[in-house]
Amino acid sequence: MESDVRTLISPILLKRHKVLYFATLTFFVLLFAVVFFFPLYWMITGAVKDPQELIQPTPTLIPESFYPGTYLDAWRELKIGKFLLNTAMYAGGAWILQLLVDVPAAYALSKLRPWGGKLVLGAMLATLMLPMTALLIPAYLVVTNLGLLNTPWAIWLPAAANAFNIYVLKRFFDQIPKDLLDAAEIDGAGKIRMLWSVVLPLSRPVLAVVSILAIIGAWKDFLWPLLVLQEEGTRNISVALHYMAGTSGVTPFNQMLAGLVIASVPMIVVFVLFQRHILSGLSAGGMKG
Amino acid sequence: MVKLKNQLTAYGLMALGIVIFAVFSWYPLARGIVLSFQQWNFITDPEFVGLDNYELIFNDPLFWTAWWNTLKFTLIALALGYVVPFALAVIINEARHAKGFFRTAIYLPLMLPPIVVVILWKYFYDPGNGVLNAALRGVGLPESQWHQGSTTAILSLVIVSTWANMGGAFIMYLAALQNIPGELYEAAEIEGAGIWRRLWHVTIPNMRFIMLVLLLLQVVATMQVFIEPFELTGITNQDTITVMVLIYRYAFVVNQDFGMAAAMSVLLFIVLGVFSALYLRLTRDSE
Repeated sequence: MESDVRTLISPILLKRHKVLYFATLTFFVLLFAVVFFFPLYWMITGAVKDPQELIQPTPTLIPESFYPGTYLDAWRELKIGKFLLNTAMYAGGAWILQLLVDVPAAYALSKLRPWGGKLVLGAMLATLMLPMTALLIPAYLVVTNLGLLNTPWAIWLPAAANAFNIYVLKRFFDQIPKDLLDAAEIDGAGKIRMLWSVVLPLSRPVLAVVSILAIIGAWKDFLWPLLVLQEEGTRNISVALHYMAGTSGVTPFNQMLAGLVIASVPMIVVFVLFQRHILSGLSAGGMKG
Repeated sequence: MVKLKNQLTAYGLMALGIVIFAVFSWYPLARGIVLSFQQWNFITDPEFVGLDNYELIFNDPLFWTAWWNTLKFTLIALALGYVVPFALAVIINEARHAKGFFRTAIYLPLMLPPIVVVILWKYFYDPGNGVLNAALRGVGLPESQWHQGSTTAILSLVIVSTWANMGGAFIMYLAALQNIPGELYEAAEIEGAGIWRRLWHVTIPNMRFIMLVLLLLQVVATMQVFIEPFELTGITNQDTITVMVLIYRYAFVVNQDFGMAAAMSVLLFIVLGVFSALYLRLTRDSE
């Protein structure tokens, strides 16, 4: 036991009541496991049960029938693969475009101090106050008028108007010492060169946070894609799953569960790989809902 | 000359950003407000109709139902979704083991696409063969109609939303708790303060800022609730229809009336704007 951390309860008390401490700890470990892992377990194992077993009144904890091939069936028959690919394209494009648009803008606002920069920054940050849902209807009209419905641009372009990115990036760039940039300038580097070879290499942590949030955000998005991706072939995985679940008579229950599992895998992999970034970015002031 | 060149470079770098913000944020905001005073169909030119759209929605009985449901949802979500992660963070902060496990477990649902979460819970809630009623039967408790019962519907939706979203608040509370200097607790204890008084006089005052910020964020987020009622109970269910669902309904389903939907959006925007402004004020002042 690390006894040097002092919290609400004193270390002495925790040591004295070791049994009580471990009993409580075990209780909470089990509670968290049941509440947060059981649903995932049920989804993963449910997919390998046959449809008969899935609809019987008492659900089985351990599958009595075993058809792992359901995952393949879902992949083929529900075209999960295609929708995953669509989603990856939307998320990837949104990510790249956000970096291409927001990084240079934040750099200019932070380091070049252009005339009217305060006004531009203020107008961008003011949109942080706008709930995305307030813009839903008019933004839909804009996308329709520009002829972007059912194209990836309907996802990519609005995603790039991300005030949160501008705010986080600018705040990070502000902390890069002026001396570093002055030194580069004396060496004859232009403003764009400085962004590329001084600012960006120093900004890896913030770029990582922005990138991860961009990809997760695009992957989870539902309402906006539901509106602008109407043709079946253009749907992302979330919208596709919504339509599959809506036709429950047609979509076999076990394949539906397999679809849910497959849709969850990519972000869980991202979580496993970047857990540290995601959780620390969140606690270090990445204040986003 | 050098100055001018710098200005040009700066605006060159910002150009894409300015254009995209203009087209997809600034213009739609103005367009949305104008639209709320217009009659809109996709065929003829939009026509100004004064306050007609607002009158139409005020006279729609669903308007009040949707606001009332949204208010109920928000209040229950606060009672549950605000208190539970805080209490859990305070308890788990006492743990000297398995902290990583707790953080991972509670954050995991946030990595799932929300549609997956909602569809999964729909299966759990199934009054016939769902896991939850089976569990209730198993321990001899009465079964529930969950999202299909008129009195339990909103609570059921809140449970889903809390399960899916509380990880973020939990992690932030935990980080804030770890920043409270241990000497404060020691000093309080020497002065004879018991656990509850230490919680009340040391923990909570030190967490006041983050608690307020998360309260505002949560109000803004829950008032825009959409996917839970949309997928679990559908857009025609009067027990759960919320403001966002009604906006969707006006624009894309029943009325196909963008003017009415825009008027509803403007009202929601005004209500949320107050909370958002407070939040921005708070977080900016703290720097």
